[in-house]
Amino acid sequence: MAWFNQLDPTTQFVLLSAAKVVPVAMILLGLVAYTVLAERKICAAMQDRIGPNRAGPFGIWQPISDAVKAFFKEDFTPDHVRKVYFWLAPAIVMIPALLTIAVIPFGSQLGQQKMVIADLNVGVLYTFGIVSLGVYGIVLAGYAANSKYPFMGGIRASAQMISYEIAMGMSVIPVFLIVGDLNLSRVVGSQAGTVAWLPVLPNWTVFQSPMLALSFAIFLVAAFAETNRLPFDLPEAEQELAGGYNIEYSSIKFALFFMGEYANMIAASAMMVTLFFGGWTLPLFGLDAPATTLFGGLLHIGIFVGKVLVMLVIFIWVRWMWPRFRYDQLMDLGWKRMLPVALANIVVTAAWLWLRA
Amino acid sequence: MEAVFFYLFAAATLLCGFLVIANPFSRNPVTSAMFLVLTIVSLAGLFVLLHAFFLAAVQVLVYAGAVMVLFLFVIMLLDLQAEERRSFKKLALAGGGLAVVVIALLAHAAVRESPLGTAAPPMVEGSPRALGKLLFTEYLLPFEILSVLLLVAMVGVILLSRKEAK
Repeated sequence: MAWFNQLDPTTQFVLLSAAKVVPVAMILLGLVAYTVLAERKICAAMQDRIGPNRAGPFGIWQPISDAVKAFFKEDFTPDHVRKVYFWLAPAIVMIPALLTIAVIPFGSQLGQQKMVIADLNVGVLYTFGIVSLGVYGIVLAGYAANSKYPFMGGIRASAQMISYEIAMGMSVIPVFLIVGDLNLSRVVGSQAGTVAWLPVLPNWTVFQSPMLALSFAIFLVAAFAETNRLPFDLPEAEQELAGGYNIEYSSIKFALFFMGEYANMIAASAMMVTLFFGGWTLPLFGLDAPATTLFGGLLHIGIFVGKVLVMLVIFIWVRWMWPRFRYDQLMDLGWKRMLPVALANIVVTAAWLWLRA
Repeated sequence: MEAVFFYLFAAATLLCGFLVIANPFSRNPVTSAMFLVLTIVSLAGLFVLLHAFFLAAVQVLVYAGAVMVLFLFVIMLLDLQAEERRSFKKLALAGGGLAVVVIALLAHAAVRESPLGTAAPPMVEGSPRALGKLLFTEYLLPFEILSVLLLVAMVGVILLSRKEAK
């Protein structure tokens, strides 16, 4: 490593960041592909079908054949669309999901390096900033299509995502009141050990107090709305909008919307694991302290990915179990139920901290 | 390195800001709104270079993520063709030109009074904790007055949008 130490700090930083960004992006995209397969398999199991099983054993090559198919299909651009936005929208859908991952600590340490791409002090605000940009991809897709149903999908998406962003933002404030830090690495660090009131449970935020459990419940519901998943998939409700904002898209452009949804699910899962389920920690065998060995570091990354996979299964499970909300019910739930509850939760948490101090 | 990023973000801010109001390729209000989003994001980049991370994050979160989405929402629901056909008014153009000249003169005078230093840019803010402490101690009154102002605006909107009960 002598040559590495001779480089100036800026070059070192750029090289190290690239060494983290490239594998993370690769793993994320691979995870996207296999979440699609998991979705199809789990859906099939729940509906007593077999699911994709032709490509390789248990259909494990299915994502590859899907990707090849998407690339070779005709990339049709209808005459009436607004061309620039029509091209931009699919790309914009993918970007926020990839950017969100940058601040999430996906492991403790490998050697001297902290396993997080950008260890920001305002980590969670950055995440919410990026998440709030996610709506542009869908809105622009609806606008670019220049026809009725996609447009309605886009309008629905913007109203829904703005509404639930507020409930989502409010729901995590109790977490930061109790942890006392916005930095996600320190949020994970504060979840080591076992919880005080029942020492067999891990000291994960969600188990620490009823207020934080409520925070998680609100965050989970808002995450379903933000990723446009059932029971809140109104922007692409097939039965009402014939497909919603992505009707006019075909081939790889459609695939990008599809992948964007799954990348957003993974980002939301990673966020929930970090905030509420202890990130890379596990209160067994001393796994809740930063790793000192290479194997320990890899194990921590494995634990984090494992927790994310569990959250993804919940996302998929809910999709095939629940009917869709009506639009007024969706707005009622967001503004009249979840927002007041989240606000009350902040006040109760603050009062409790004040009494305890 | 930082200088490169500064010029990059500054150029992006100015260019996008110009394209918001006078885009030679398109008179579409949605395009203007999207360039305004880019302007806001580039400004956030400038804040980051000043180590004002909180400000940068809030800038993107509030303006690009919430306010501009609502703008877009409204623009899309309005009649766009009428806006695209609207012609320039000579008086308005002259007024705009005059404003630009006056601001340029002011900036020139300001720079002549206190020349730009060569020192490194200052760190504008510390940790979010320090910022919060300042907001809730030294600047508590302005902070609360601003919240009341927002509340007034909100009540006003609800009153205006309420349908008359008959």
